[in-house]
Amino acid sequence: MARAFTPKVVTANDLLDGDVIYLTEDDQWSRELTEAELITDEAHAQVRLLDASRQANKIVGAYLADAIAGEDGPEPTHFREDFRRTGPSNYAHGKQETSPQPRA
Amino acid sequence: MYRYSEFDTAFLAERNAQFRAQVERRIDGSLTEDEFKPLRLMNGLYLQLHAYMLRVAIPYGTLSSGQMRQLALLAEKWDKGYGHFTTRQNIQYNWPKLNDVPDMLDALAEVGMHAIQTSGNTIRNVTADHFAGAAADEVADPRPYAELLRQWSTDHPEFQFMPRKFKIAITGSENDRAVIKAHDIGLQLVERDGVLGARVIVGGGLGRTPMIGKELSEFVAFDDLLAYLEATVSVWNQIGRRDNKYKARIKITVHEHGIDAIRAKVNERFLKVRPQFKGADMNLLEEIKGHFAPPTFREASVASFESAYTNDPVFRSWVDTNIAPHKNADHAIVTISIKKHGHTPGDATAEQMRVMADLAEEFAYDELRISHEQNVILPHVHKSDLPAIHARLKEHELATANIGLISDIIACPGMDYCALATARSIPVAQEIATRFDDLKLEHDIGHLKIKISGCINACGHHHVGHIGILGLDRAGVENYQITLGGDATETAAVGDRTGPGFAYDEIVPAVERIVETYLEQRDSAEETFLETYRRVGMAPFKTALYPEARANAA
Repeated sequence: MARAFTPKVVTANDLLDGDVIYLTEDDQWSRELTEAELITDEAHAQVRLLDASRQANKIVGAYLADAIAGEDGPEPTHFREDFRRTGPSNYAHGKQETSPQPRA
Repeated sequence: MYRYSEFDTAFLAERNAQFRAQVERRIDGSLTEDEFKPLRLMNGLYLQLHAYMLRVAIPYGTLSSGQMRQLALLAEKWDKGYGHFTTRQNIQYNWPKLNDVPDMLDALAEVGMHAIQTSGNTIRNVTADHFAGAAADEVADPRPYAELLRQWSTDHPEFQFMPRKFKIAITGSENDRAVIKAHDIGLQLVERDGVLGARVIVGGGLGRTPMIGKELSEFVAFDDLLAYLEATVSVWNQIGRRDNKYKARIKITVHEHGIDAIRAKVNERFLKVRPQFKGADMNLLEEIKGHFAPPTFREASVASFESAYTNDPVFRSWVDTNIAPHKNADHAIVTISIKKHGHTPGDATAEQMRVMADLAEEFAYDELRISHEQNVILPHVHKSDLPAIHARLKEHELATANIGLISDIIACPGMDYCALATARSIPVAQEIATRFDDLKLEHDIGHLKIKISGCINACGHHHVGHIGILGLDRAGVENYQITLGGDATETAAVGDRTGPGFAYDEIVPAVERIVETYLEQRDSAEETFLETYRRVGMAPFKTALYPEARANAA
């Protein structure tokens, strides 16, 4: 039996600065996981991934990452995605040092 | 120090111009990521978890003060003010922007440096003993030969699309500080009947299937060495497995075919290749040797050193751990620890890089080295200058006296940066160092090498650590496996797994129990951790690590 579909977000890296980004419902790229579109339907997830992959001049390496609904929006289910949305643990670099800003 | 010829300069300028155009075409959409990726990798540009990463080669770990200052400039101008020295004697910048990378490469070219072949299925940066040219125990300085290998392997048309990457390490000493037995090819310079040549080790490597290299030839004279190496790489390039990347390295080829069959094939190929080498390589080697002529060592009294050693306990402790014997008795080799307790192993700020460059220029005949153990070395220092150097290092958090001790940890970037990682390594290293510094046990424990990798690829050399730590993802949680008894030297050995892994918050206490067990078991303060482990075996460590298992079995 096929495994049940778990909710996903579309994530990638920004082409120019490499930053981790997420696809929002209104087709923007956000640096905040909480602003991502949480996708609960498998077919819709594939469509959104295709939408993202077509933006090759803005982003790199789009994929579907597991997430769950949290109080403020999607939250990661795996520690790798938790590090991706935060930044490294040895310095307050990456997303930890700049305020979130809209993108693309 | 090798100085670029007009050919080198022109080659690099052309290559950098090509890459600049490739970046422009990627940004304007003419190249897809699939098309661009192999091009950027050929120029050392990775995309990691949070950003791009530029890996710059430091050929055989040797730098001039001018080059070190340029590395500082890159860190400051295009990164976040620091760089990370790696286990392959490279430096990595963790935060470059794609747009800036062509400028970074041009800045490197100004000082004769590049990022070519720091990635991809090519022959990578040739690494060498970081004490080369200074060590009291070496037959000859291996760096001229390493430079010859760099020129031979860079853009070598036959070796650009190999089954997998290929790493060569070279040492001039019997005491192996370059981990030659864990490389695809390891070379140890030896002299036979007045002729200089190399013992050739093949098929070592860590990663998913760790192997200790085997002897392919006990002696190949320099005249024939390049042809012999070309034959070796060429045999593997042809029969190495391309169907499965996990079986593609030469260690698997050697393992599957057997060292005798590989030797026969290499010898056969060597006879075909040899006539193509008509001595131009030897002429070039002679010329390169001139670039590496040892400095004229200055003569002066060492009285000031001896008086500081007697009177200043902090200086004495630093000398006892961080100084190695130099071939010139009045000189010393200084290892600057980039492992201050609680800091990230291998990370140096731009300011620290400049301080080290200044010290090299003032006191060390303008030379620096990067070790695979992620420290920086001043290879030639007159002993009378040691107190001044130590004082300067203290002002910049660079005077930690811990070389070869438990806090001198090798750690890969792990999941804090690396896209391949399965767990973090850096915070584990930071916490172990801090813990043993708090306990004030470090000097009592003595020589002990901890090496940490954040995934099975083993960039942190965990298999050859006296205590090796491997971070894995077990059911969505970080989990750390421990190995004991690994050895990275001429008596190389792969460590033995202790048993089940430990959670992130259990790993430091587990290391502490291992160290306590060693302190209980050692027969004297002189017996090192590795010697004790070899004498008593795994059992007492297992008991200390897994008391429940013992209780359940009883």
